[in-house]
Amino acid sequence: MQHADSPVLDPIFGRLSLAALPLHEPIVVATFAAVAIGGIAMFAAVTRYQLWGYLWREWITTIDHKRIGIMYMILGIVMLLRGFADAVMMRLQQAMAFGGSEGYLNAHHYDQIFTAHGVIMIFFVAMPLVTGLMNYIVPLQIGARDVAFPFLNNFSFWMTTAGAILVMFSLFVGEFARTGWLAYPPLSGIQYSPDVGVDYYIWALQIAGVGTLLSGVNLLATIIKMRAPGMTLMKMPVFTWTSLCTNVLIVAAFPVLTAVLVLLSLDRYVGTNFFTNDFGGNPMMYVNLIWIWGHPEVYILILPLFGVYSEVTSTFCGKKLFGYSSMVYATVVITILSYIVWLHHFFTMGSGASVNSFFGITTMIISIPTGAKIFNWLFTMYRGRIRFELPMLWTVAFMLTFVIGGMTGVLLAVPPADFVLHNSLFLIAHFHNVIIGGVLFGLFAGINYWFPKAFGFKLDRFWGLVSFWFWVIGFWVAFTPLYVLGLMGVTRRLRYFEDPSLQIWFQIAAVGAGLIAIGIGAMLIQFYVSFRKRKELADTTGDPWDGRTLEWSTSSPPPAYNFAFTPIIHDGDAWWDMKQRGYQRPLGGFRAILMPANTGAGFVLAVLSTAFGFAMVWYMWWLAIASFIGIVGFTIYHTFNYQRDFHLTLDEVVRAEEERTRLLATVRS
Amino acid sequence: MGHALTSEQAADRTLFLQLDEHDHEAGGSTLLGFWIYLMSDCLIFAVLFATYGVLGGNYAAGPGPKDLFDLSLVALNTTMLLLSSMTYGFAMLSSYRKKVAATQVWLLITGLFGLAFLSIELYEFAHMIHEGATPQRSAFLSAFFTLVGTHGLHVTFGIVWLVTLMFQIGRHGLTKANARRLACLSLFWHFLDVIWIGVFTFVYLMGMLR
Repeated sequence: MQHADSPVLDPIFGRLSLAALPLHEPIVVATFAAVAIGGIAMFAAVTRYQLWGYLWREWITTIDHKRIGIMYMILGIVMLLRGFADAVMMRLQQAMAFGGSEGYLNAHHYDQIFTAHGVIMIFFVAMPLVTGLMNYIVPLQIGARDVAFPFLNNFSFWMTTAGAILVMFSLFVGEFARTGWLAYPPLSGIQYSPDVGVDYYIWALQIAGVGTLLSGVNLLATIIKMRAPGMTLMKMPVFTWTSLCTNVLIVAAFPVLTAVLVLLSLDRYVGTNFFTNDFGGNPMMYVNLIWIWGHPEVYILILPLFGVYSEVTSTFCGKKLFGYSSMVYATVVITILSYIVWLHHFFTMGSGASVNSFFGITTMIISIPTGAKIFNWLFTMYRGRIRFELPMLWTVAFMLTFVIGGMTGVLLAVPPADFVLHNSLFLIAHFHNVIIGGVLFGLFAGINYWFPKAFGFKLDRFWGLVSFWFWVIGFWVAFTPLYVLGLMGVTRRLRYFEDPSLQIWFQIAAVGAGLIAIGIGAMLIQFYVSFRKRKELADTTGDPWDGRTLEWSTSSPPPAYNFAFTPIIHDGDAWWDMKQRGYQRPLGGFRAILMPANTGAGFVLAVLSTAFGFAMVWYMWWLAIASFIGIVGFTIYHTFNYQRDFHLTLDEVVRAEEERTRLLATVRS
Repeated sequence: MGHALTSEQAADRTLFLQLDEHDHEAGGSTLLGFWIYLMSDCLIFAVLFATYGVLGGNYAAGPGPKDLFDLSLVALNTTMLLLSSMTYGFAMLSSYRKKVAATQVWLLITGLFGLAFLSIELYEFAHMIHEGATPQRSAFLSAFFTLVGTHGLHVTFGIVWLVTLMFQIGRHGLTKANARRLACLSLFWHFLDVIWIGVFTFVYLMGMLR
């Protein structure tokens, strides 16, 4: 059987040798040089300003859900730059490679790029950004002081980061998978992908998957158990509701990914026959299983953003959300339906008309609750006093964009149409339409909305507008041509095109990518400019948008303990209700608060896991065994620590609250 | 659940804060969280069962269940695991009565039954591999070894946890934290039993009917 035995397996380095460094790829070498110089500069700066201790104490070991949330967001934005660089490279290649020109990327490199782009954007951009938002906002919205398992939260974050680091390693040491982002066998089997690429893919996703699963368990327990008194399920803010459903999906979907990747690993490492073409294996089993995870995954990404849009619309229209309970039920229905549509990703498998009809119909049904949501937002806006602040602009852009993406989705849900459009650029345009227009726009709405809460100052409006317009227009310029090309029958993942009449469309798409690049640049400038103007943009009230939910009742940024007193909830829009009925912030009577203590255990375990993943990729068995024993041993050692809480002293609480009193006084005077 | 309002809190619509709050002890959500985790673990087994269901008939001209399974051995093995669940139950009962020594003894017996289960399973695996029925031989065998082996790995992990917990009970006694850990491991241990009932029925008994 096809076993991966290499004839010369170095006992120390496994199959890693100098040949694995991509010195023959000038693009990669230049990137590496830039990253190395940047890394050294950062390292030097941190050392120069003696920030290591601060970073370790205040960030790396933190169990504060707010700081972990911020770290997730930073991870997501950094990885967005990497994933977007891949996108630009693809757009350039496809705009150039016509007629006599082969473009500037060889097939080996190009195939890695489209795989890395998909993997990074889903797992290391969208997931961390979504998880980061939920981490930061959910405990505040339900009136809790932290999540249910604060240590686990820190551990989850570092495991996600460890996965991202493995993917980044693959850029400079060895290669990444060349299989597409879901690594279908038999292509991803050892016979056709004998190199390390697929192994990097597997271990990066497995390690990050541990983090995702545990953060799902954590947030689920948090929402179920830690809501403030009086907050019944139907009084939860919509964002918390959508987070609840998302985390149900995470807990119920990610184990499937874990299991199916284990089976693929067994095929690759041990030579079993799950997804091979001989000895009774069945590659379509993999495709089914991975989409049983994969379809809920897209709802994991979009649902929290539906929550963001709901919060934003109701805040900036100054109204209670229209149809709160229908919004909740629509979310729950989508949660359930997302499990019975997976087969629409491969109607062409040949499962027959009746099976395809079933999955086609269930897919179309999903558009009903989604449509209900759109109408809820529209009716919330209707006769509202709309303030077109940045989050609201993103929400409007989302509604216009997402509806088109939704409609092309319903088109693809028709099996006969899918037989024509399957694997075409039409599909690519569709899912970018819903993921960019839905997930990413929502994240930008959320970032602009909650940034003042997290940092104490608003984001600059001008650069926000620049970013907004370049993103929205850029998106349409980049992806409309792909719809057109897809309808003409052009398939995805191609590196070279024969027909010169197609070139103009790819060139337009490349221009779109350029516009989006300006949008991303403007966003980074927006962060920088806002930081410089933080005095002017400061939010001293804690409630810069006249918000409706509990997070706006705290200071900006909130103190470590979030709430000096646990709030009591009488209404769905709890903070709005408090403001309407004359809530007075208490100025005394504070007490010491029991808080979870920081720990470096999550970081240590993630470092060991990175080493384990790297060792498995390169067949360095001694390191794999050593790091595995390290993980188990350290986990056991960690369980012997029984002192996980400490009291935040009364002094510290009083000091924080007095600072808030002082800031509030500056507003009133 | 989120804490319910007392009737006076609910009646007073101008009461916005809990001014007379007490510390919330850590660990109040642990059992729920662990239960959720177990459900996710259950899904891993669901995938392995589904894979076995789809691939379990693909012998690739190799041996099938009837050639390989020895039901009396599996019955013995099942007995070991079921008995271990029972003894774990006794350990829990002792822990409720705060009897440290009895708890430890019952945990020890549970661990020994667990080890017996693992030994028999390893013997079965070794025997099959010796006969040429390796995981690589056919999709059926790949699915079989992975499903049963994953269960075995869970039992192994459970035993490591059990030993660790015995140390911790020995050191700190049946404190609240340790009682919580004991309850989590209890959930885990019985969960593995439930999975095994599925394996026994679905893989072994129904395999003999194939």
